[in-house]
Amino acid sequence: MPVTVGVGILLVSRENWLYLFTNQGETAMEMPLPDTAILSAKARIVARLRGVLPPDAVIDDLAELRAYECDALTAYRCPPLAAVLPRTTEEVAAVLRACWEEGVPVVPRGSGTSLAGGALPTADSVILGVARMNAVLETDYDNRFIRVQSGRTNLSVSGAVEAEGFFYAPDPSSQLACAIAGNIAMNSGGAHCLKYGVTTNNLLGVTLVKMDGTVLTLGGPWGEASGLDLLGVVCGSEGQLGVVTEAWLRILPKPEGARPVLVGFNSNEVAGACVADIIRAGLLPVAIEFMDRPCIRATEAFAKAGYPDCEALLIIEVEGSEAEISEQLARIRQIALAHDPVEFREAADEAQAKRIWLGRKSAFGAMGQINDYMCLDGTIPVSSLPHVLRRIGEMSVEFGLDVGNVFHAGDGNMHPLILFDANKPGDLEKCEAFGAEILKLCVEVGGCLTGEHGVGIEKRDLMSVQFAPADMEAQMRVKDVFDPKWLLNPAKVFPLATSATRRAG
Amino acid sequence: MRPVTEAELAEAIAGAAGPLLVRGGGTRTIGRAVGEVLETGGLSGVELYEPGALTLVVRAGTPLAEVEATLAGDRQRLAFEPPDLRGLLGREGVSTIGGVVAANASGPRRVQVGACRDALLGVRFVDGAGNVVKNGGRVMKNVTGYDLVKLLAGSHGTLGVLSEVSFKVQALPEAEATLVIEGLDDATGLAMLRKALGSPFDISGAAREGGRSLVRVEGMAGSVAYRTGQLKALMAGDVTVVEGAESAALWRRVRDVTAFAGRPGAVWRLALVPTAAAGVVAAIGGEAVWDWGGGLAWLLVPEGQAEAVRATVAGSGHATLIRGEGAVVFPPEAAEVAALGAGLRARFDPRNILNRGMMG
Ligand SMILES: Cc1cc2nc3c(=O)[nH]c(=O)nc-3n(C[C@H](O)[C@H](O)[C@H](O)COP(=O)(O)OP(=O)(O)OC[C@H]3O[C@@H](n4cnc5c(N)ncnc54)[C@H](O)[C@@H]3O)c2cc1C
Repeated sequence: MPVTVGVGILLVSRENWLYLFTNQGETAMEMPLPDTAILSAKARIVARLRGVLPPDAVIDDLAELRAYECDALTAYRCPPLAAVLPRTTEEVAAVLRACWEEGVPVVPRGSGTSLAGGALPTADSVILGVARMNAVLETDYDNRFIRVQSGRTNLSVSGAVEAEGFFYAPDPSSQLACAIAGNIAMNSGGAHCLKYGVTTNNLLGVTLVKMDGTVLTLGGPWGEASGLDLLGVVCGSEGQLGVVTEAWLRILPKPEGARPVLVGFNSNEVAGACVADIIRAGLLPVAIEFMDRPCIRATEAFAKAGYPDCEALLIIEVEGSEAEISEQLARIRQIALAHDPVEFREAADEAQAKRIWLGRKSAFGAMGQINDYMCLDGTIPVSSLPHVLRRIGEMSVEFGLDVGNVFHAGDGNMHPLILFDANKPGDLEKCEAFGAEILKLCVEVGGCLTGEHGVGIEKRDLMSVQFAPADMEAQMRVKDVFDPKWLLNPAKVFPLATSATRRAG
Repeated sequence: MRPVTEAELAEAIAGAAGPLLVRGGGTRTIGRAVGEVLETGGLSGVELYEPGALTLVVRAGTPLAEVEATLAGDRQRLAFEPPDLRGLLGREGVSTIGGVVAANASGPRRVQVGACRDALLGVRFVDGAGNVVKNGGRVMKNVTGYDLVKLLAGSHGTLGVLSEVSFKVQALPEAEATLVIEGLDDATGLAMLRKALGSPFDISGAAREGGRSLVRVEGMAGSVAYRTGQLKALMAGDVTVVEGAESAALWRRVRDVTAFAGRPGAVWRLALVPTAAAGVVAAIGGEAVWDWGGGLAWLLVPEGQAEAVRATVAGSGHATLIRGEGAVVFPPEAAEVAALGAGLRARFDPRNILNRGMMG
């Protein structure tokens, strides 16, 4: 069961689908060697941090530091030099200034649910966790925004405005745990992003502390940049440009209602064509989810949601008033029936709606029952769906590993799950190679390596598949401006060889 | 200079002896830059259009009108409703899609679907050293590397010259209707807009012009009828409903700030906290067209009031001089934010040749 991960991959075990497991042996991931001068100056550095923070906000005990040794990509672990848990922007600024003067790398951390190793420390780094900064600073319904400290969890942002009939739209499946800080750093998506967009489309402004301790405001409740859109580039920069301590977020009035339908097809191509027709017709479902046969079968065996046994299945959800829902579903039915589905099932009530979602929501868990698996996150143009699914099927035969597909079909963000047996020698390596091939295929058809999980360390070394040197150079220039010493989360996003001279400088 | 390929564009920039004035159609340029004119109009044409995937990839010098016609042919459109400011600015010429992106030009529908930058999926551009750079792509979800797409949108040609842009586009709705609300003062009229935006009825426009508040809904016919009815009950004042072409004409006026075209005076564009909008405008004086529920105010005032405008706006938003004399065009920024902007420009355009002096 315990496994190691390679490039582009989340590994999940059959026993617990949420977590990854470490192989005691060596891993494929390279990290820079820690700076021995920093390691030997630990006592002085910790004393300096204690000088600027309350006593309970600095952790240097090795046992306690274990809590910060990894994020949700748990195959890679390394305790940091120290961890700090500030409560205010001023404390964050003081920590960063101290580390900047000492030349100590800092790794920002929200809730540690990154699947890409974004919050993985190195031995010579200080983890700066914002978990204690979870206050709501301002709710303004008239102007439709909320201002929060960045450590607040995603779900509790919606929770804070729910009573007034509002919500915060980006809703990653990890929303119970993940923090707004991590959402901003990763530009996270969610089940509803087809209609409402991802984090960057719902972010109005931030308070950002640069590595040298300077505090800045980017954007604001008016939601428009005054000059260059620096907020736009900070969002999704994976904690490499500054530490976000506060954020203004757009909140939206809740729709009156929502309802899903389930449509089964005898081929992936036809299901893909149906998705294209729905989109083309100008319908805007909040979600269009896709599952293929291996995934449907696994899910049925596990969750018994009563799904039809077919080649491909779509779950489509629409929102609005009762009348609006009926109007949209009638149109969707008309489009779907033209594609000769094996089944068209509309939820008549709340219980049936739940059953339609049940299988989809248990899909990852169900696949985990069959075997260990890894989950990919590439995006493809929706029109390439049939081609990519066919190629994945062919590769599955070539590699001798099964794969199930469950993903957000409306926006082409795929999550292929490759099944393997971690106890079988060679299976894992095959699986990693298969995963990398799928991501390369995503890029080849005009897509990208990651749609919502981020690059982190996980996809770092595949960046050159998608980007030419000049493309990465342009991105790294942005970091040069925000963090000229490359101290903030330095070993992420760019291939180590590509960023080597900058990190050394 | 008028390159017709990206390679020629790169050559022109790499070989430039002095500053370059980057020009699409010159229909929405604000700010004052100097240099030899570099026209992008030669980089024209649709590269890829997939209506079923809502994606359009187009070369940056393509006329906006051509883009819009291509999309309309498949009953689609640019969701962010780019304004045509030729009347307001007194310009002629052919607006290009690259110019739209460089200005992040976004119209009334921003309250529902976001700005140009939110629909922009990818860019190709040539930086000030002549390097060809790509970022983003043509897919709707992409977090691979830094988001330079957002950075280039609204950079007014100061970081690079766009050669290709890709968008998520939108299907034309089946129906549209606008509630026209009369008989309210500005403060109350703007409050009605915020009330509509705070309702679950998915508003696609919330503006105020000529003493009338306008609230737009779009979508399937039944849904538009339903939401119009619900909103009517929510609004105070005298409400009438207009539909179809008549509704569309109202929004073109708001989008293009037609009310101020050809009239003397300076035009300011204020980004505001909506609840502050009425007060800020009353304090400055002048005539306003409000959009985005008050989040945007176009203000017509006599020339020479820059200091009063900026002082009044401070704390509630910021002000850009769209048309007028003398004053600094872009809003002043906090020193440490301005330093980041200057730092980026220095890295992307080390010789300071792209639209020199445009944004500071
Ligand atoms: C079960 C599960 C389901 C998931 N589902 C989804 C999903 O549906 N959609 C999706 O997009 N993602 C999903 N994720 C991935 C993950 O939850 C997101 O990437 C999330 O946004 C990470 O938030 P976090 O607070 O845990 O960040 P962390 O893991 O702590 O950090 C993530 C990155 O943010 C940086 N960072 C953290 N705090 C700050 C700060 N204050 N300032 C600057 N940078 C900072 C870190 O350095 C790191 O690079 C899922 C993960 C799990 C485990």
